Amino acid sequence: MMTDATTTSTLQAAVEKPKRAFLSPVNRRRLENFKANRRGWWSFWLFLALFLASLCAELIANDRPIIVSYKGEILFPVVVNYPEEKFGGFLAETDYRSSFIADEIKANGWAIWPPIHYSYRTVNSNIPHSAPTAPFWLMSKEERCSGYAGGVNDPECNLGNLNWLGTDDQARDVTARMIYGFRISVLFGLALTIASAVIGVTAGAVQGYFGGWTDLLMQRFIEIWSSMPVLYILLIIAAIMPPGFFVLLGIMLLFSWVGFVGVVRAEFLRARNFEYVRAARALGVGNATIMFRHLLPNAMVATLTFLPFILSGSITTLTSLDFLGFGMPPGSPSLGEMIAQGKKNLQAPWLGLTAFFTMSIMLSLLIFVGEAVRDAFDPRKTFR
Amino acid sequence: MDAMKTPLLSVKNLSVAFHQGGKTSLAVDGVSFDIMPGEVLALVGESGSGKSVSANSILRLLPYPAASHPSGEILFQGKDLLTADERTLRQVRGNDITMIFQEPMTSLNPLHSIERQIGEILELHQGLTGDAARARILELLHQVGIREPEKRLKAYPHELSGGQRQRVMIAMALANRPALLIADEPTTALDVTVQAQILELLRDLKSEHGMSMLFITHDLGIVRKFADRVCVMTKGKIVETGTVEDVFTRPQHDYTRHLLAAEPRGEPPLADPTRPVVMQGDDIRVWFPIKAGFLRRTVDHVKAVDGIDVTLRAGQTLGVVGESGSGKTTLGLALARLISSKGRIAFLGQDINGFSFKEMRPLRERLQVVFQDPYGSLSPRMTVGDIIAEGLQVHEPSLDADARDARVVEALNEVGLDPVTRWRYPHEFSGGQRQRIAIARAMVLKPRFVMLDEPTSALDMSVQAQVVDLLRDLQKRHDLAYLFISHDLKVVKALANEIIVMRSGRVVEQGPSAEIFAAPKETYTQALMAAAFNLEARAVSAVSQ
Repeated sequence: MMTDATTTSTLQAAVEKPKRAFLSPVNRRRLENFKANRRGWWSFWLFLALFLASLCAELIANDRPIIVSYKGEILFPVVVNYPEEKFGGFLAETDYRSSFIADEIKANGWAIWPPIHYSYRTVNSNIPHSAPTAPFWLMSKEERCSGYAGGVNDPECNLGNLNWLGTDDQARDVTARMIYGFRISVLFGLALTIASAVIGVTAGAVQGYFGGWTDLLMQRFIEIWSSMPVLYILLIIAAIMPPGFFVLLGIMLLFSWVGFVGVVRAEFLRARNFEYVRAARALGVGNATIMFRHLLPNAMVATLTFLPFILSGSITTLTSLDFLGFGMPPGSPSLGEMIAQGKKNLQAPWLGLTAFFTMSIMLSLLIFVGEAVRDAFDPRKTFR
Repeated sequence: MDAMKTPLLSVKNLSVAFHQGGKTSLAVDGVSFDIMPGEVLALVGESGSGKSVSANSILRLLPYPAASHPSGEILFQGKDLLTADERTLRQVRGNDITMIFQEPMTSLNPLHSIERQIGEILELHQGLTGDAARARILELLHQVGIREPEKRLKAYPHELSGGQRQRVMIAMALANRPALLIADEPTTALDVTVQAQILELLRDLKSEHGMSMLFITHDLGIVRKFADRVCVMTKGKIVETGTVEDVFTRPQHDYTRHLLAAEPRGEPPLADPTRPVVMQGDDIRVWFPIKAGFLRRTVDHVKAVDGIDVTLRAGQTLGVVGESGSGKTTLGLALARLISSKGRIAFLGQDINGFSFKEMRPLRERLQVVFQDPYGSLSPRMTVGDIIAEGLQVHEPSLDADARDARVVEALNEVGLDPVTRWRYPHEFSGGQRQRIAIARAMVLKPRFVMLDEPTSALDMSVQAQVVDLLRDLQKRHDLAYLFISHDLKVVKALANEIIVMRSGRVVEQGPSAEIFAAPKETYTQALMAAAFNLEARAVSAVSQ
């Protein structure tokens, strides 16, 4: 017994635990395959960069300065709402774009503005003619500054105040609306995808693992549930309560989780009879642990393959609802609403074109990423 | 070599390379062999030796372009098949050269009837349709020994047994009277009794048609009985070629000697009726209901296990043998309480047949199972250490990480694996090593009773012998009670001191293994023994087809 123990300990001492790689060999191969698809790899980074940039939209396009030094005090209007009395006005919220406040700040300190001096709901009151107006680079210098008091020489007629992609029919800056619209689309898509993945995977896992009556009843429920007319239900709910981000998310979630159930259920049905699952059961491992540790990784491949496509689908759905007018509340930055404006104002092609290019670039990037993810998870795919 | 004879097929310096993820591995490395008309050449080797890959490249059935041939030529009747175009190749495939595969389950299309599957080949290569085709199909089915072929024409693959499916595969291979039949482990997936019948059939057909055969197998018993010449392959190379007589009596290469010596050896533990009873089952029944009609009423039962009594004592091994479908695994699963059954099951003096999964959990520590397929029974996403420690986490949650690790190391040492392996993943191990890991997973919990469900069937012959030695060693050291389920009588003979011969859920013969192996009383047992030890098909009516 003694000798046994000593051999064991010497062996243990002789063998140093190797550094555990962050990824298992299978996942490392998948990552290699993902990188091997250059288009998907670049799309992934480009999309990530665009998304991260849009998360900081307030620092890129805003109707208030980022930092203000006023009478020796450093203020952060971008995060804090200062009442206007701070600058000698009377409104509850400061309008930093008004010439009075601008002059006041200039006289007593300085201000750092974001590159675009408009938020998504800021109305440009200095447009040269009735909205919508064209991008500034389509107009002559005199024309584009004609809305300002000082004309061409007005210091306010600068790059930050001009509308890079024109204005919409309510004189709001299209660039700012595009940036905020992109962000809300992606966030909505991500939230909807993640939430429906969680619900759908759970439901599919339970059905596939337990089978029998659980499976039968839930399958029938899903059949009835998924045959409900989603659009009409949206219309009815929109009539009862004002649609907003979370109401829309909730309603869409009610129906979108069903998409995951099929794949996950099939994967669990197949894998629950695997020998290593039976072996785990013979060891006395509980159901929840078996499902989580042994079966879920199998289903993750199918789920992850689906994710980017579900994400782009969710974004398209939100956009089409906005286009029809049943989506986000009026005034929200939304690409669908911009498309609707473009349809109404055919004389202002910058509206439709901006929305079109934003949508198509965003969806193409997602599809490329999705394609690369799918290929990376395909065990039979060989890259040469 | 007879100078007058030219070889039918001549493989010269054939290499096969596989490319994946920028890496290239050579599966077959400069292999050459000839097959004369009317000759049976056996290609022998363990799994991964490249024998199937060599055979598949003859008809260019590998997954190109992931596979490629850096060198070699395959001359069949003067034509080089490696460089032939698709059309020529299609003429040869299924016509001059045909193949039968290992797995009769998956090599037949489940949606086509037998008549249609065979008819397709006849139509493709001979243009036979209608009554002429049907007559030929019946003739073929008759030739391959399908009983009542008229009734079987409309049958689908799932309605046939494994042996019958393999017979249909052979009928398809024979349909166009090929010059060469390539048989890739045609009997590995079959029961020993069926294997003997299929081998007999192939031998008869060969002498009738005068065709040549390339026979790929890992079973030296078959080679000796069946082949004229043999090529021994290992690691992608042929290390020895010669007539069966020469190779078996005067093996030249070390590897051949190693293969020939790899028979399960040793004696089972001595029967000792005074040892304490670990597991007792009385009148165990597992009936699966057959439901029919609109209301799904139970009309009958499939009696998978029908009233079997077993007694297992510490340090003893009870072998359960029988053909597939005889209910031996079901019996084991019932005793391990992994499926529900009727009848009293007592484990360490405790009645456990009414226990729920939760109530069973504390007992699972002492009652372990090792499954057949070491490739399927280890989760591919967990390290070996995590796999072995999983049971400890459930049953001894008080252990901290270091203590658990120490137990894992101990278990790995016990099964003869280097403890460094605990940080690796199962795919890095061979079948035999994986089965050792699976055994370590059971041993780490220090069980009293281990159900071994065909633990050696998926392993190569030489590895089988090692695993058998390991199991016997562990039994001696820990006084374990084994329920050993196997269709391989050689392994059972080396391990079990008592056996149950099962058929259709019932006991055919039961008693001390020495007695049964020496003088089997029942016809069924006799047929089983003849097939297992001599590869002879005897008392065919007593066994399944």
